[in-house]
Amino acid sequence: MAYFECIHLGKTYKTPTGNAVIVQDFNLTIEKGEFVCIIGHSGCGKSTVLSMVAGLNDISDGTVVLGEREINGAGPDRGVVFQAPCLLPWMTAFDNVMLGVDQVYYHATREERRQIANYYLAMVGLAGSMHKRPAELSGGMRQRVGLARAFALSPRMLLLDEPFGMLDKLTKFELQQVLLDLWNRERLTAMMVTHDVDEAIYLADRIIMMTNGPAAGIGDILSIKFERPRDRSEIMNTELYYEYRDHLIHFLEERASVRPALAG
Amino acid sequence: MAMNTATTANPATSLEGEKPSGKKWRYNPHKVAHTLEKLGLGYFSPIARLIGRDEPAKQVRAIAQNTFLPLLAFAVLLLGWQVCANTVATDSQKIPSPAETWSAWQDMLAFSAAERAKEAAYYQSQGERVARFEAMALQAHEAGNTQRAQAIEKRMASESTKVYQGTTTFFDQIGISILTVLVGFILATLVAIPLGILCGLSPAVNTALNPLIQLLKPVSPLAWFPIVFVFTTWGIDQAPASSIWQRALFTSAGVVTLCSLWPTLANTAVGVAAIDKDHLNVAKALKLGWFKRLWKIVLPSSLPLIFTGLRVSIGVGWMVLVAADMMSQNQGLGKFVWDMYQNGDTASTAQIIIAVFFIGGIGFLLDRIMLVCQRLVTFEEQTV
Ligand SMILES: Nc1ncnc2c1ncn2[C@@H]1O[C@H](COP(=O)(O)OP(=O)(O)O)[C@@H](O)[C@H]1O
Ligand SMILES: [Mg+2]
Repeated sequence: MAYFECIHLGKTYKTPTGNAVIVQDFNLTIEKGEFVCIIGHSGCGKSTVLSMVAGLNDISDGTVVLGEREINGAGPDRGVVFQAPCLLPWMTAFDNVMLGVDQVYYHATREERRQIANYYLAMVGLAGSMHKRPAELSGGMRQRVGLARAFALSPRMLLLDEPFGMLDKLTKFELQQVLLDLWNRERLTAMMVTHDVDEAIYLADRIIMMTNGPAAGIGDILSIKFERPRDRSEIMNTELYYEYRDHLIHFLEERASVRPALAG
Repeated sequence: MAMNTATTANPATSLEGEKPSGKKWRYNPHKVAHTLEKLGLGYFSPIARLIGRDEPAKQVRAIAQNTFLPLLAFAVLLLGWQVCANTVATDSQKIPSPAETWSAWQDMLAFSAAERAKEAAYYQSQGERVARFEAMALQAHEAGNTQRAQAIEKRMASESTKVYQGTTTFFDQIGISILTVLVGFILATLVAIPLGILCGLSPAVNTALNPLIQLLKPVSPLAWFPIVFVFTTWGIDQAPASSIWQRALFTSAGVVTLCSLWPTLANTAVGVAAIDKDHLNVAKALKLGWFKRLWKIVLPSSLPLIFTGLRVSIGVGWMVLVAADMMSQNQGLGKFVWDMYQNGDTASTAQIIIAVFFIGGIGFLLDRIMLVCQRLVTFEEQTV
């Protein structure tokens, strides 16, 4: 059995006008240590899938299996990073990270836990600002805290929902680098939602293309064969990069609204 | 796990890191003005800016305006008051003029000072008497007369525990009033915050309690008094006259509690119920336990609203205190006003006017203190 698996995952909302099937029959397996990106048009149900995996949204159909166990509700074995950093504004960056660390490493001494939080905040480049509150940090710095908080949990899986969607391009590039550096060290199994084609190619081992809703599912899957660690300008100089890019854009523009015949 | 605390050498990651900042302290008029405003001392913020030479002309104008306009309003009040004093009169008394009120205030100060002097004199002579007894007891001991020595020591002990039985002055009564309102307010807080949290967390509790809360909220302190009186008479022993913890104080405080707990209760419930969904998701994703969720997420996020409630509560408490003191004969400002009313002459009315100014001033002060607390717990919301 695969490390992570969505089996016939589906989401249906009850609305006044009847049932709205948002996601249907979403089947996906991810190997341990694999980085998977999900792209698709806005509103197709990417966040819905991710939040079901995170346990923050109820699953209507099917199951999600992580490390041989079916997930049941949310938990710190999955590190979640949302588009908004969702930091607690009354706590410093350090305390925000510690909140999760305390929860996961409850058997460690306080000093050890502080070291873990320190380490990850330093890793995201916040060694000098870790005792500031979110209001004193820029948008990019807040999302760095968000990354540190997720990685510090040493989760079995990393779930990212357009984490850089609100940032300007320069900051976004920096943070993609931070994320990739961290990921290269720890090789966490990761599932990331994005609508940025270049971001997906740079980060992912595999890109899952979702069809448009309603009843969205997987339309196509693309494996990205670039060696790791990757260098952005290097891969952008290859022909393969543009093949991948054309493939993804062609899917989004032409094929996303066509749902392939359901397999299996 | 690798516990390597070295930062990444990647230059890109440190782009957004620390800015080198000059350590030398400089007077920053904006910062000082902002702090003053935060502390409810907005009146002084133009002065702080003026010191920092931040648009001096504008600041001078602001100071002049902030000072002149309130003074003007006060002058109008004095004028109206004088007019009333000249026209409103009954057979036995009249509205005292500002000048008469001022002289009543001088009398009150003099009376209080005289009372303090008497008290000091009493304790001085008490000290002398005790010292004399001590010397006599020592003498008796040395003479070998233990029986006599013991008798003297007994008298000495009873002498030294005597307390001065003077008249309570206006300022003593202010102290009692503040103490009473604090006791009532603390009790109200201890009841209202936990209940409010329960209401905010559980729709069932909220549904159960809401009609009761709506029913009890508008009840006047005068109606609560007889009920509280039965409870305190039943539950609290009469304290000796020298103690400040009189039963009447608790009766008054109880009335304050019952009238002032509602704003805190309602605001706490709203604050807890309206907590940001993102913040709750953090708690959910980390699987925080019930207590930790309450302590780390729910309470901090509702603190600003809780303090808004507390601020209203202490205002209500202070407002009903005078009435409660009148009913329970607690030695506070209410009793002072009542006694002066019973005297029924113009000088007493003048003293009541003085009391009115003090009641207003202390209410204002309490409100300012709570405002500062409220601003201190209010965190700045993140903008992204
Ligand atoms: N509570 C809800 N009830 C009904 N429909 C919902 C609800 N929440 C989300 N949706 C719908 O689900 C669809 C997918 O949303 P989402 O997963 O956020 O899209 P994406 O993240 O791909 O942009 C949207 O069309 C949205 O309107
Ligand atoms: Mg989304």
